[in-house]
Amino acid sequence: MKEIHFDAIVIGAGAAGMAAALEIESSGFTCALIDREDHLGGILMQCVHNGFGLHEFNEELTGPEFAERFAERVLESRVAVYLGTTVVSIRSNDVEGKEVFCSSAEHGVIRILCRSVVLAMGCRERNRGNVRIPGSRPAGVYTAGLAQRLVNIEGYIPGKNVVIIGSGDIGLIMARRMSWVGCSVKAVVEIMPYPSGLTRNIVQCLNDFNIPLHLSCRTSAIYGKDRVEGVEVTPLENGAPVMEKSFRIPCDTVLLSVGLVPENELSKEAGVELNAMTNGPQIDSTMMTSVDGVFACGNVLHVHDLVDWAAEEARRTGAFVVAWLKGERPALQVRVKAGPNVRYANPGRVESGRENKLYLRSLVVKNDAVLEVKLDGKPIRSIKKNHVQPSEMLTLSVGDKDLGGATSDSVLEISLV
Amino acid sequence: MRELTCIVCPLGCRLSVTEDSSGSFSVAGNRCPRGAVYAEEEIRSPKRVVTATCRLASRGDGPTRRVPVRGSAPCPKEYVDQLLADIYALRVKQPVARGSVLLSNWQGRGIDVIATRTVE
Amino acid sequence: MKTAAHLGSEGDFDVAIVGCGVSGANIARRLSAYRLRVAVIEKETDVSFGTSKANSGIVHGGFHHNRKYLKARLELRGALMFDELRRQLDFPFRRCGILVAALHDEEMKAVEHLYLQGVENGVIGIEMCSRERILELEPKLSQDTVGGLYAPGGGIVEPYRFVFALVESAKKNGVAFYTDYKLSATEWDAKTRRWTLRAADGRTLHARYAVNAAGLFADEVSSLFGAEEFKIQARKGEYYLLDRLTKARPGRVVFPVPTAVSKGMLVIPTVEGTVLVGPTADSAEDKTDLSTTEERLERILDSGRKMIPSISANDVITSFAGLRPCLEEDFYIEVSKKAPALVQVAGIQSPGLTASPAVGEYVKDLLKTAGLELTEKPDWDPYLPPRPKTREASPYERDELIAKDPAYGNIVCRCENVSEAEIVEAVRLGHTTLDGVKYFTRAQMGRCQGGFCAYKIIKIIMRETGLGYDQITKRGGASRILEGEL
Repeated sequence: MKEIHFDAIVIGAGAAGMAAALEIESSGFTCALIDREDHLGGILMQCVHNGFGLHEFNEELTGPEFAERFAERVLESRVAVYLGTTVVSIRSNDVEGKEVFCSSAEHGVIRILCRSVVLAMGCRERNRGNVRIPGSRPAGVYTAGLAQRLVNIEGYIPGKNVVIIGSGDIGLIMARRMSWVGCSVKAVVEIMPYPSGLTRNIVQCLNDFNIPLHLSCRTSAIYGKDRVEGVEVTPLENGAPVMEKSFRIPCDTVLLSVGLVPENELSKEAGVELNAMTNGPQIDSTMMTSVDGVFACGNVLHVHDLVDWAAEEARRTGAFVVAWLKGERPALQVRVKAGPNVRYANPGRVESGRENKLYLRSLVVKNDAVLEVKLDGKPIRSIKKNHVQPSEMLTLSVGDKDLGGATSDSVLEISLV
Repeated sequence: MRELTCIVCPLGCRLSVTEDSSGSFSVAGNRCPRGAVYAEEEIRSPKRVVTATCRLASRGDGPTRRVPVRGSAPCPKEYVDQLLADIYALRVKQPVARGSVLLSNWQGRGIDVIATRTVE
Repeated sequence: MKTAAHLGSEGDFDVAIVGCGVSGANIARRLSAYRLRVAVIEKETDVSFGTSKANSGIVHGGFHHNRKYLKARLELRGALMFDELRRQLDFPFRRCGILVAALHDEEMKAVEHLYLQGVENGVIGIEMCSRERILELEPKLSQDTVGGLYAPGGGIVEPYRFVFALVESAKKNGVAFYTDYKLSATEWDAKTRRWTLRAADGRTLHARYAVNAAGLFADEVSSLFGAEEFKIQARKGEYYLLDRLTKARPGRVVFPVPTAVSKGMLVIPTVEGTVLVGPTADSAEDKTDLSTTEERLERILDSGRKMIPSISANDVITSFAGLRPCLEEDFYIEVSKKAPALVQVAGIQSPGLTASPAVGEYVKDLLKTAGLELTEKPDWDPYLPPRPKTREASPYERDELIAKDPAYGNIVCRCENVSEAEIVEAVRLGHTTLDGVKYFTRAQMGRCQGGFCAYKIIKIIMRETGLGYDQITKRGGASRILEGEL
């Protein structure tokens, strides 16, 4: 069995994984980058639309372009790349650090011994079972991401007359994509009273194609014997379904765009504790999980809106890994608490004595909101926000001057009013 | 007065556009100058950046069977379907480098169709 | 499975079995031990695609039915046969034990009745449980439980893997299988004393004896043979499947106290590691309607939570329905009195899966009484080689597998840990639909429900079979996956 040693391994070679690996390697530590696919770039390679890289590169790029800019740097670096390789288990032990087993057709089973691990596995899509849409089980029901893979990489059209469930960006992008490959998208059905994707995408993916968006509607059933024949849609009033107003939309294909879930099964097996609000690992101010030497970044930590932020977060995580490998440990950390109207804030701790960058999400849609930061109940910052909504991640920088007087029992509460 | 959402970048600024009697536009709500340009164009002659995929000549057995492409400049909306048809008619020989031009100056409109992925 | 639709007879057989669910597969394997030419015809694209793929997967405890019923006697015999079958055929099966939990004192009377019935039936190890005892046996039970019953011999099985293994063993011993073979007409030739079984697509085969094991459609098949008239009533059972990481996974199968109509909604720790909750029991008009409905699914969660309170809707990964073929109180397994050389195997609802190995024996004996000569084959091979599964392999075992075949190192289904080699194996055994691959390998059954692996499986099927993209289906027929190619 092949056995190799590294200072760090990064699991997942999407935007976050590549950025973290580059950061670690550039500081002189040995680093492996592992991905189960046969290419670098992760999910970006099937995101052939544009909208990526505005912040990272000051250009508007497609997914593959964004990914390849990182991939080129990875291949020029001394990062050891293992593609077509699936991590099977992660175990910590006191003697050797971390023991990671991977499976690959090319290399067989590889036993990797390393000092640190960066989790960057990204997320998976919620599916029909998760949202419990009753009805029959015909062929023709796909998650939007699977349909995207089939169309953009494999070159197959899953169906002709499409209904999309969920108005998140993936669903909206696929509404346009399916239209552009000659399908007829009949409708997008959204359970909330407002769309969850970017308004920009409502315009260029729905309005441009006259695709109706049914808000406050839930999908009550999918029907069809062997192949989808239609969906039943029920409007909600005050959050309750009004069954008498149900209507059917005939179609042969259903795409589900009903949310993303960080892919943390490996993390759980490694003993990492998860945050129930994000479904991602709980992390401290150095992006380290509850398992010493195991870090997390990118969509596996919390689902980002923009890949630019995932890459930025991953770079910072790489820098923290380097510090940890050098023996540095955070001094005083203060617990972060998500207060009223804040769904979550990551990381779960901030360190005094330096700048800390936090990512957070609102629970509510609000104009003229105020982001309030309190230390042990005392307000220390108030930031005006023109508009907040759950689908737009917010950032917050907390520094030394904010944390004056804090002790290890202090709590930093972030809320939106 | 017209209300638009700018689509130039993901911010999606809400724009208010007023046309005066002389036919010039004033735009409010944009956080950058591109928004003003977009607003006027959207009303006069709307354009879209087209992204798509086209076929590899060999249909490939590698990491992808399609080459993703984008237009180097926005295409007038009324010609998007034609541009797509021409993209779909391409048969791209491997290897193809990211950034290489697959269709140059399409229909003389100053739009190049560029490969966005390297396929060996 | 070969689906050649050429005209002209497929051949002359001694026995033709109509229907390849758990009953037909067991009969076929049992008969394969004798010098007989046996054929099995199945109307779906793959075997086990009827009721046998959508049931609770339980080897019952032997206490639910009075032994005056044939089904009870066959259940008891069948249950005892599973250990040897598993040794021979290597399908997932485990005796985890069955509990019946009473939630009210009044229910204890019914529990006592089951216990006495179990004792009378000779069930080994069956015990009445006090509250303390049953909570000790299953700590996840509701604190409201007042007591119950424990049958340590009860078990769990992967029903489709069981059928696939039986079929593979039967094939190995010479049984011919025809899928996409929908029986449309029969003719009895009194001179040659043989049946002609005609398929909807024109294929025919001849057999001296026929067995009607057609499940939900046994009544229609009986009509086609000009045999007894009866009506199969479909009764639908809906299930929820919970993630293998759910906190609500019990160590043993948990039954409620049964009603007059059904055994109730169970909480089942499946042998693969997930949790099944259900089934409901509602009569269904349409024998092909496998749809689920919201109200019934809600009932399942409510019912499950009464016994195992930690069941959470957040753990649900999918739901499905199965249809029970209901006839009367008991199994109808008899030589037909109306049509010649025909054995009827109908109304096989619960405990059909448990009874099935004994049904195989019983039908073999019935055929003998009807005149079929049974000469044992000296070279009958009851064994199947054990199939390596990457998810069960230690890292060192995996490394060895990959050295033999690199495709074992390419993990296609990350959620259930299924390698390319196993998927190729499934396809080469004839499981050329997405569902067929799913039931054989478990790929697509996990958390992501095929979101990541479905396109890979499609490509593997195309590569191995040469099928075009437009011929890849979910489960045969019109269930096409892809509509066009760019």
